[in-house]
Amino acid sequence: MSDLTTAPPVERAPAEEPQDRGLRATLAGMADRVRGGDLGVWPVVAGLVVIWTVMQILNPVFLSSANLVNLAMECVPVGVIALGVVFMLLVGQIDLSVGSVSGLSAAITAVLFVDHGMPAVVALVAAAAAGCLIGWFYAQVFNRLGVPSFVITLAGLLGFLGLQLWILGPKGSINLPFDSWLVTFAQLDFVPPWLAYALVAAGAGALYWTGHARAAARRRAGLPATTEQTLVLRSAVLLAGLAVAVWYLSRDRGVGWMFVLFLGLVLATHYVLSRTKYGKSVYAVGGNVEAARRAGINVKAVYTSAFVVCTTLAAVGGILAAARLAASNQSSGGGDVNLNAIAAAVIGGTSLFGGRGNAFAALLGIVVIQSISSGLTLLNLDSSYRFMVTGAVLLLAVALDSVARRSRRTHGRA
Amino acid sequence: MSPTPTPTAPAPAAAEDGALLSLRGISKSFGAVAALTGVDLDVAAGEVVALVGDNGAGKSTLVKVLSGVHPPDAGTITFESREVAVPSPAAAQQLGIATVFQDLALCENLNVIENLFLGRELRALRLDEVAMEVRSRELLRQLSAKIPSVEAPVAALSGGQRQTVAIARSLLGDPKVIILDEPTAALGVAQTAEVLNLIERLRERGLGVIMISHNMADVKAVADRVAVLRLGRNNGVFDAEATSAEELVAAITGATDNVVSRRSRRARPSGGGPDPEDGAGADAEPAADEQVPTTAMTKGDGDE
Ligand SMILES: Nc1ncnc2c1ncn2[C@@H]1O[C@H](COP(=O)(O)OP(=O)(O)OP(=O)(O)O)[C@@H](O)[C@H]1O
Ligand SMILES: [Mg+2]
Repeated sequence: MSDLTTAPPVERAPAEEPQDRGLRATLAGMADRVRGGDLGVWPVVAGLVVIWTVMQILNPVFLSSANLVNLAMECVPVGVIALGVVFMLLVGQIDLSVGSVSGLSAAITAVLFVDHGMPAVVALVAAAAAGCLIGWFYAQVFNRLGVPSFVITLAGLLGFLGLQLWILGPKGSINLPFDSWLVTFAQLDFVPPWLAYALVAAGAGALYWTGHARAAARRRAGLPATTEQTLVLRSAVLLAGLAVAVWYLSRDRGVGWMFVLFLGLVLATHYVLSRTKYGKSVYAVGGNVEAARRAGINVKAVYTSAFVVCTTLAAVGGILAAARLAASNQSSGGGDVNLNAIAAAVIGGTSLFGGRGNAFAALLGIVVIQSISSGLTLLNLDSSYRFMVTGAVLLLAVALDSVARRSRRTHGRA
Repeated sequence: MSPTPTPTAPAPAAAEDGALLSLRGISKSFGAVAALTGVDLDVAAGEVVALVGDNGAGKSTLVKVLSGVHPPDAGTITFESREVAVPSPAAAQQLGIATVFQDLALCENLNVIENLFLGRELRALRLDEVAMEVRSRELLRQLSAKIPSVEAPVAALSGGQRQTVAIARSLLGDPKVIILDEPTAALGVAQTAEVLNLIERLRERGLGVIMISHNMADVKAVADRVAVLRLGRNNGVFDAEATSAEELVAAITGATDNVVSRRSRRARPSGGGPDPEDGAGADAEPAADEQVPTTAMTKGDGDE
């Protein structure tokens, strides 16, 4: 009953007088959100700075062009899998079987491509289709029987590992020919520097142009809009940052096409999640299933799509991993792949509680994880250390997520 | 407010033939619990029908049947003289039946605009954010809503602000019938008046309104007819003008001699009676031994 008295009786920025949001307002808004417990990407960026500084101090090779080129390529397979995991986490579910599914898809690719001599494209499509089918199957069990996703996918973890071993047969390992375009793509194909710079310029230009068009449309409609100054500055920062990155990587082999593919997937996912009706329904289902259902959203279809996207991207990640290794074997998709993919999504800022996070989480999270992995390898520390450090970072990320959630509660942003 | 003892017999449904929406013989059970048994209800265009009843009488269940959340076990729904099925919330929306639920069902992680347009965003593949924001601001201004920012996540809003968002949301689809489940239960005095004004504006626009309320003052202030549910069955349809709050309470509790009437008889010398400002809450204090309709007591199923 006291709502009225406690509510601030002022409406900020009435629509009649468009008040443009300049740089200061933008920054203030950001600070405001962080204080309210909506941390966004800041913890990951801060974490990355710390990790890179420490690793560089421990071993000066870490930030060398050669190592960073490698790091970027190494990020891609698990990063693609993590992108799928982001979808699952956004709808408030989880997939524990992404590692097994990626291993299975690697096995399918190798068997069809090498043992049966099919064209690479056919093998790829078959492997991706298998991933797609697995997701659809999960979704049927989830939607029809109401089995919790972590149980279904835990069963899948074991089941599809078994299928992977069965498909590989007694040999247990199949090498992919080095001269196939698949392996070349994952190991040797780099963007020529001039094209990389052109892509960077195009990216910064696109950011400016879309921002400008949006601000203009908002101003026409009498809504507050981002100022031209902010838009230019934002694009300039992006342009400079990426250009320096390309320049630095080009001192060695440069930017791999596989990494460009990953970036493309991240950007496409970002668009789908933030600018389409489907994307909003994903967030709605993760935020409040009942509200989503009553809003007429086909909740089961959204769950199905998340399962399918996740397992399909896991399959694609598995193919890329096999290509990068030029082999598919019994340990493909095993070990820490599963947990790294999930950890990447969470470390990148996707909430385990559903409905919060974005596509960039996969990118940032996997860079953190691979940085740790690469740094420790450079120090000649084996996987025992890697597991422990990655585990600690994951725990930190989850703890941060929980604390942020509590802070949102106390700030009334639950 | 005198205790006019004119025994207003359950009025024949005023809107029998001109009904926009008619329910006949609706039944619904949850396992062994019969939430609704053979319930009838009519709403005409430009009419406000209040649906009243004690806690657990089945009001919310009836609303959920109408809005496609629960399918009825038996009975027919006639909308614009056609018998229809409402298998899903989407189907209800398509027919033109909008609902504001008691547990508002907003997504806390989404902002006000996103919540308003949830499920009916403009331009599915490239969201028309500008048009949605313009429409949101316009709508909220029409409702004189005091929302700090349309870009604020709903989690940052107060209960009253959320109610406003939920009502605004139901208006976006240009519905023919609006169902409000306890729209004023969580609101302060001024915002309650605002919502009641809004309901009258909806009626002027020719919408059929079904309003669930425990607050007899609100019911008498805006409703044309009052349908009473008791233990999941119809217990009369009354003319809101001609019926006193006491009689409604009697129909709700199922007895003429009930704790509410006894209280008001005791209170009469001091000039008590249903007070339009505070409604049944002031008049019918919840007694420990008996169930009485009260305001605000049942709020909160949706809150954390
Ligand atoms: N999903 C459900 N599962 C089982 N029983 C239910 C369910 N929903 C409602 N009921 C039961 O149906 C009966 C009617 O409930 P309903 O919520 O419709 O009452 P109401 O009139 O809206 O009450 P209130 O005034 O408290 O909101 C109650 O006995 C309730 O326990
Ligand atoms: Mg109810």
